[in-house]
Amino acid sequence: MPLPSVIGSEIEYGITVQNDRDFDPISGCVLLVNAYQDDGAADILWDYDQENPLADARGFNVEGEKYTPNQQENIARNKTLRNGARFYVDHAHPEYSTPEVTNVRDLIAYERAGEWTMETARRAADALLPDGQTILIHKNNSDRKGNSYGCHENFLIARRTPFKDIVEYLTPFLITRQVYCGSGKVGSENRQMPCDYQISQRADFFETEVALDTMVKRPIVNTRDEPHADRDKYRRLHVIIGDSNMSEVSSYLKTGVANIILAMIEDGVLTSNYSVVDPVRVVKEVSHDTTCKADFAMERGGRLTAVELQQEYLEAALTYFSSRELDPIHKDVLVRWERVLGQLKEDPLQLDREVDWVIKHKIISGFMERKKVSWDHPQVAMLDLQYHDSRPDKGLYHLLERRGEVDRIIEDEDIQRALQQPPPDTRAYFRGECIRRYGSAVFGVNWDSISFNLGEDPIKRILMNEPLKGTKRHVKELFDASDTVAELVSKLTG
Amino acid sequence: MADQTQKKKQGGGDEGASAKGDDAGQKKIAKKGEELKEEMDSLIDEIDEVLEENAEEFVKNYVQRGGE
Repeated sequence: MPLPSVIGSEIEYGITVQNDRDFDPISGCVLLVNAYQDDGAADILWDYDQENPLADARGFNVEGEKYTPNQQENIARNKTLRNGARFYVDHAHPEYSTPEVTNVRDLIAYERAGEWTMETARRAADALLPDGQTILIHKNNSDRKGNSYGCHENFLIARRTPFKDIVEYLTPFLITRQVYCGSGKVGSENRQMPCDYQISQRADFFETEVALDTMVKRPIVNTRDEPHADRDKYRRLHVIIGDSNMSEVSSYLKTGVANIILAMIEDGVLTSNYSVVDPVRVVKEVSHDTTCKADFAMERGGRLTAVELQQEYLEAALTYFSSRELDPIHKDVLVRWERVLGQLKEDPLQLDREVDWVIKHKIISGFMERKKVSWDHPQVAMLDLQYHDSRPDKGLYHLLERRGEVDRIIEDEDIQRALQQPPPDTRAYFRGECIRRYGSAVFGVNWDSISFNLGEDPIKRILMNEPLKGTKRHVKELFDASDTVAELVSKLTG
Repeated sequence: MADQTQKKKQGGGDEGASAKGDDAGQKKIAKKGEELKEEMDSLIDEIDEVLEENAEEFVKNYVQRGGE
């Protein structure tokens, strides 16, 4: 049985500085990342030697230049945090990668710790700007002018799972799950059909079914084959089609249900033909239909709505788990998924405490009614943007949360714990604890390695190519028995 | 679960209401409608207070580079 799993996410945030005519996003990001104080995580390199984003899951390597910054630039752009996360500059966006976790509840806690980290860094960076300028961070995926940035989910799956099965069974699922995890957007972009409001921030940007690219011609299934783990055993599936969510419920269902589908694909239990005719077109049609009633052609014949197709996956999952032990978190994901699909079928707008695009739709509709304005009014576009603002006093999602008008999955204490501690049950525990205990001796980090500078000796790199080793259970005793970092390294390499 | 209890609080529905007669039921629905409207009004008031003032300029200047 493939569950429990190893998952994580990487989220790029929008960044802007108000009243700065010469605003340069890269400098803004460097300022932001360096303004953040996290004990121990000061001057650690990100170890690019371990990376290969140009390997394709279909079995070839793409030609291109690998990015390797010099040491000073590297440290200025990368912070590995003591909770095992990475806070860094990716192109022209600040990005937060969660540590590896084993369940979607923990994932939500670390994603929200990421929001907290961004906002804390934003306040510190803001204090360094000239008077009158304000740095702003938005957890969104588009500027509504044709530029998009991502929210990527990562799933560790068995290498033996045929990639063609992933493409076949995941594509129809990914293009329709937006009905419960889209973040909502006013209007359309990227030369798509005009609309007042749509379900997904990202749908307008997907142009092909399967490919390696993430920045141009974005694919529904991304083939980057960079497992950050033993590549003979594992594949890291890099899902790039999701929206960044403000709502914990949307985020929880987005990754939680995908994890269930992947477990079924790994076990080879999905056998029906779920394939949709022209998925690249359908992902946009589904997004542009806020009634969730539009249907599309199935390859096997006939037509289904997004909700109906999701219900077919749900039926398969209920059958699959009827004869298997299910952990409480995945059980809860299944129950919520079933309930939300039923409500979407009845009337999607009743999900105004749970689903991001519906929550946003509710406040915009209420505002338009009160102010007697229509969808093309600048204040409506402002509501759309400000929903994602990281500031607790200005961000509209944060306002709704404070008023108790949205449902939660986790408690505030879970977020605080996720800021302070690495997850205990993956290799992120070893990474985070090394930084907390021996920060100044940590020389470089990647997901699957950590290296130490022990003074006179050459740099010692410890490989961690098993994501479920280096956990608290495995290494707590080792840490407790090692007074110095030299002792720890000698025990590990001796 | 927290969400369900909050829903119940908000709804304030009493299933016995309709049995007491159409009049009482109607009043209850009207009252619930009023409550929802009041809630929405107070929400929009609060949003109005924090909404950026220079919306047109703000949105126009919000330009990001493509990422990922």
